[in-house]
Amino acid sequence: MSSTSDVPTTESESSPTRSARKTVALIGNPNTGKSTLFNALSGMKARTGNYPGVTVEKKVGKVVWDGREIDLIDLPGTYSLSPRSPDELVSVDVLLGRQAGVDAVDAVVCIVDASNLERNLYLVSQALDLGLPTILILNMMDVAEARGIEVNAEELGKRLQLPVITTQAHRRKNIDIVKQAIADAIDRPLRTPESLFPDPFYEEVGKLREILRAEKNIDLPQFLAQRLLIDREGQIEKEVTGHGEAGQKVKTELTAARERLAEANCRVPGIEARVRYGWARELLDGVVTHPAERPASRSDAIDRFLTHRFFGLMVFAALMMLVFQTIYTWAGPFMEQIEAGQEVIVGMVDRVLTPGPLRSLVVDGVIAGVGGVLIFLPQICLLFLFIAILEDCGYMSRAAFLMDKFMARLGLSGKSFVPLMSSFACAVPGVMATRVIESRRDRFVTILVAPLMSCSARLPVYLLLIQAFIPDRTLAGGLGLQGTVLFLMYSIGALVAIPVAWGLKKFFFPGETPHFVMELPSYKIPSVRVVFDRVYDRAKAFVVRAGTLIFATTIVIWALGFYPGNHDHQYDLQRSIRAADIKLEHESEKLAEVELSQEKGEKLAAAKEDVRLAEVHLNDLEEEYRRVSSQLMADSALGRMGHAIEPAVKPLGWDWRIGVGAIASFPAREVIISTLGTIYSLGGDVDEADEGLIGALRSSRWPDGRQVFNVPVALSIMVFFALCAQCAATLMVIKRETNSWRWPIFSFVYMTALAYLGALITYQVGSLWL
Amino acid sequence: MPAFMEAPASRLLTDLQPGESAVIAEILGDDSLAMRLMEMGILEGEGISLIGYAPLGDPIEFEIRGYRISLRAAEARRVRLEAAS
Repeated sequence: MSSTSDVPTTESESSPTRSARKTVALIGNPNTGKSTLFNALSGMKARTGNYPGVTVEKKVGKVVWDGREIDLIDLPGTYSLSPRSPDELVSVDVLLGRQAGVDAVDAVVCIVDASNLERNLYLVSQALDLGLPTILILNMMDVAEARGIEVNAEELGKRLQLPVITTQAHRRKNIDIVKQAIADAIDRPLRTPESLFPDPFYEEVGKLREILRAEKNIDLPQFLAQRLLIDREGQIEKEVTGHGEAGQKVKTELTAARERLAEANCRVPGIEARVRYGWARELLDGVVTHPAERPASRSDAIDRFLTHRFFGLMVFAALMMLVFQTIYTWAGPFMEQIEAGQEVIVGMVDRVLTPGPLRSLVVDGVIAGVGGVLIFLPQICLLFLFIAILEDCGYMSRAAFLMDKFMARLGLSGKSFVPLMSSFACAVPGVMATRVIESRRDRFVTILVAPLMSCSARLPVYLLLIQAFIPDRTLAGGLGLQGTVLFLMYSIGALVAIPVAWGLKKFFFPGETPHFVMELPSYKIPSVRVVFDRVYDRAKAFVVRAGTLIFATTIVIWALGFYPGNHDHQYDLQRSIRAADIKLEHESEKLAEVELSQEKGEKLAAAKEDVRLAEVHLNDLEEEYRRVSSQLMADSALGRMGHAIEPAVKPLGWDWRIGVGAIASFPAREVIISTLGTIYSLGGDVDEADEGLIGALRSSRWPDGRQVFNVPVALSIMVFFALCAQCAATLMVIKRETNSWRWPIFSFVYMTALAYLGALITYQVGSLWL
Repeated sequence: MPAFMEAPASRLLTDLQPGESAVIAEILGDDSLAMRLMEMGILEGEGISLIGYAPLGDPIEFEIRGYRISLRAAEARRVRLEAAS
């Protein structure tokens, strides 16, 4: 359709139903290519968010097809529409038009794995009970063909009286046909669902609805009333029973109804699976032909090898080493590029902006903030590159299968392994990778302990303090003392995570152990498109949704370190330093000229003296600048906070300067190094191997002349940084993934308490012994 | 009653050997785990075979309705099998 924007009246003339925005929901089992189809349909322009109060990701793609505006909603992959938790209820609420902020759904697109139709049809059967216009997508037709399974899509469509379309979503095959089918379906009237269950079932559903109307004044939709009757201790039952007398009455009636059904040989919940699978089998009879003898497929052979007692574990270990290496080491060059780019931009800003608050804000706030977000992208992209490849080829669930027993000993499931392992490189992608964990309880516990794993940002802190204070001695058995301390620091977080996970399960997420019923999809060659879509999706989600919060944190910490304080003298010094720099360059050039001109004697001596003087002048100014900066930091809000908490950190063996470092490193642990550099008048651009910083730490004194730093203090700082939550990015990602401020605050509080306690014990016990 | 006529001790899914198949007799219980097993197509009358164990002995891989599924031993014990004929 051509644009009619040049005829302003057209819009108001068109009938309201034509112009009304329509809503279409996409549902399907996990591993069916649902997200791939969604990406193909929405053209990767989907907006992501969260549904209020739950952790379910809300994905909406706004598209215009055939002149029709449509909101495509990607619902989370699921095997059934029986809500057992608030998270699972969201999908049902969206489909029934009960979800706030989402318009009533006009049509449903069900995507199924054509190579595994029978089980996939269970969900379809439930979806058909919604009575909405429905389209069935048979995806992965290539996989079905490869396994010798023939599907007569036309016959299936005839029997179901639904549009049935075969696709290969990762190859973008038949996507236009799907779009057309959706555009056709959105105006179709509601369907009358087929009555699959025996009559007594529907009679009881009708009675229940009446009771609810009478007792609680609730008009429960037919679909939910069925769920109420079937799902023992399901989410609907939790919501309508319980509250007071009326709830109790409903509960009694519900129990009686279930008993009557059991007597009528139609016992819930078993009846549902029997009815729906019976329906699916009958439906597929003559539609799907399996090869007489299932051929020993390549997938089976691969599976035997990859789950083998010995080779399986070897391959797994090698793969995990590779993943870890990639995010730990190979992300390094990319991160250095980002830092180098940051410096180039800072250099440009330095030339454009004169010294002042604006320049400080831009350089130390804005650019540092943007850099602080981008710096995580290499690790996120690389980790999700691996995860997407392993997921799409079918290995991820095998990894969970292999590691489940090990993780079950820690109270988690096999699906927590990869997120926790990744957190040893960086908790940010680690926390983001917990989305695969179905059980809310396991997922939250994994998210909350992931930041305890010793990530790469802790390494500079360990290296600095070990270099400066741990003697380079060899212990019995040939182990180096420095290396041993480093290893202990790496282990401490993981060791502490075990009791923490146990405590979280016991006190914050009580309940029975979540089950671990997991499909093991057949292996296939991963699709480049699917993999890159996923990496892009995760990177975008991080930048858009967590990045803004991380950026804001950096600005706040910058302001705390900048204000209050009169920076005029500092700016004067910056200007003088620039002038002195130019002068030195000028004098050096003159000296070079004199040297070239063969004129020796007095002229050369004078030129050399000029260069020397210029150097001395510049050094004096720089020293003064660092002293002033240090004083400004001490007088800033941050410095005052450091002084204010000194009584609290003194039992850890810390002085106010270390306190400032700990507060200033809230955005990221490694910031403590540049903060200490500034406080010790060395400038902020020191690194962990800086001789000057190591020297300054060694000679730092208390007012009474005692050394601030000794071995117990160094150990106490390291233990603190091993256990603390000084990483705004992690906290903001936790906010995003849990969709609540409660959990990042909780993480911060519990980790800070642990860190304080750990540092206290380390210092106090260490002071006795060392 | 002669000993051979006694009902055989009921076999559970965990009693299968790798490569062995059997027909499901019953899913024990009607809690959320039982519902989940049934949703996944693990139903009475259906054939199921044990493919193999994870290297650490648990969970266990099964095949049912032409697809593969992993169950922990504790979950698999909720599935009673028909006596071998």
